Amino acid sequence: METEFLRDYATILIFLFISIGLGFGFIFVNFLFSPSNPDTEKLSAYECGFEAFSDSRMKFDVRFYLVAILFIIFDLEVAFLFPWAVTLGQLGPLGFWSMMIFLTVLTIGFIYEWKKGALDWE
Amino acid sequence: MENINFIYPEIFIAISILGLLMVGVFKTNSFNLVTKLTSFMFLITIPIVFLNSTVSMKLFSNNYIVDELSSFLKILILGSSAFALFFTDQYIKKNKLDKFEYPVLITTAILGMFVMVSSNNLIGLYLGIELQSLSLYVLASLNRDSTKSTEAGVKYFVLGALSSGLLLYGCSLVYGFTGSTNYYVIAENFSADNIALLFGLVFILIGLAFKISAVPFHMWTPDVYEGAPTSVTAFFALAPKVAGFGAIIRILYIAFGNVFDEWQSILIFISVASMILGAVAAIGQTNIKRLMAYSSISHMGYGLAGLATGINEGVTASVIYIFLYVVMNIGSFACILIMKRKDIYLENIRDLSGLSKNHPLVAFCLTVMLFSLAGIPPLAGFFAKFYIFMAVVKADLIILAVIGLVTSVISAFYYLRIIKIMYFDPEQEKFDPISSKGVKISLALSTLLILFYFLNPSILNFFVNLASKSVQ
Repeated sequence: METEFLRDYATILIFLFISIGLGFGFIFVNFLFSPSNPDTEKLSAYECGFEAFSDSRMKFDVRFYLVAILFIIFDLEVAFLFPWAVTLGQLGPLGFWSMMIFLTVLTIGFIYEWKKGALDWE
Repeated sequence: MENINFIYPEIFIAISILGLLMVGVFKTNSFNLVTKLTSFMFLITIPIVFLNSTVSMKLFSNNYIVDELSSFLKILILGSSAFALFFTDQYIKKNKLDKFEYPVLITTAILGMFVMVSSNNLIGLYLGIELQSLSLYVLASLNRDSTKSTEAGVKYFVLGALSSGLLLYGCSLVYGFTGSTNYYVIAENFSADNIALLFGLVFILIGLAFKISAVPFHMWTPDVYEGAPTSVTAFFALAPKVAGFGAIIRILYIAFGNVFDEWQSILIFISVASMILGAVAAIGQTNIKRLMAYSSISHMGYGLAGLATGINEGVTASVIYIFLYVVMNIGSFACILIMKRKDIYLENIRDLSGLSKNHPLVAFCLTVMLFSLAGIPPLAGFFAKFYIFMAVVKADLIILAVIGLVTSVISAFYYLRIIKIMYFDPEQEKFDPISSKGVKISLALSTLLILFYFLNPSILNFFVNLASKSVQ
């Protein structure tokens, strides 16, 4: 009973080991084979970021937050849509219409933010 | 699915929110239109809720309950929100808060409250609380150019998030040790010997006490009440308290009904602390919105005293109390919205000085409200307290009753001080003439109800009795 229960999760354990191993492996391989030309310019901020000098508690545009928040909503949408799409055959009409209601609510939110101008950068 | 008609009010509100949002965003300057549509929607929803008010239905495998209690509280929530929307129209326009999101956010908060009072499941409870709270956080910082308002919003958000965290932690403990989030199953599997379950119970109670601002989880209330625009403060003082009470009644009397002894002492402590702090801390206040915040804290204490009895009379007394509390607050906030000179709204108690000479009728109405809040017979507030103390004495909690009486005497001091300022202090410049119909009607209705409640208290008591029986 107990072992059977644990065996159900064995795949996840293996998955975990492989992913950790792969992750560290790639970092290690990179470290071994990457060309190394140190340059101070490389340590500075990437072009769309912020200047890396002065205090980190600086003011910056609230629109970055806005974009991040809007991104999260649609990110989550995909996270919900994917398992739904995979199992749609077994869900039946209730599952289908539940997702349609969810998408309608999300679309209305999207129309709202579009009309409000949250997507215009300037 | 066959009983879906019992949640028509919720479905109707949800669809209306989406519709209102679209109307608002596609029309320019749509505040007036959206407000009218929202009020209209409230008017339609009240009879729909009323149609279901005599049934007792368990929906979605016992996870959602529509019964007399939930219908009564829902009508109270809708009614008080309608008043909050109705009497603040002028204030909103004068302060340039006329964004159409305001009525839409109130409606989403109402949907959350509906779920709170009907849910028979911890997940439903949490979803309801979050929908309500998120709308309220935004409402608190509606006046986003004012530092006070944004501060109120952030403060409310941080403390609200903390309390939601505590509530969720409690829910997870209860779920882990009883194996279900359904109140009935929790009641079956709840054993008082399990210390982790008691931890869960306490955490859930803390989370809910935050939401109705009971001591010692009240710190946000005065700042949020003061910082938020008065129209929003009025809404905060009305509907969310009703919903919080509904949620507390349901979870304590259904899910934790078998372990009454365990939570009674917590409830007595919260109740006594709220009554004492509400009475003492309000004495030094000069801002009338802060004063109303402390007054609401102490009133929550009296309401919880009724619930601490664990008997049917106690629940009935609490529901009557919360009903009359809402009526008294509608009247008081209508008076606060009258305090305006040269188009600037005032909040200082000193500004009321000599009101009786300039505006005798307003002074009279505010006096009635304050006397009633202090619990002076024959006004409705006296009966509200009277029923609570009757139930408390019947449950052999004499000390609780004595503390309640003493604190109501202390709190009478600051209510009477306002009356003294209005009647005996030198008069000042007149307030602007009252041009808002909403303020006039709300003030008149609430004053009449408070004044003449004693003629026939049995009408309200009958409905409340019916309602409170459904949790026994």
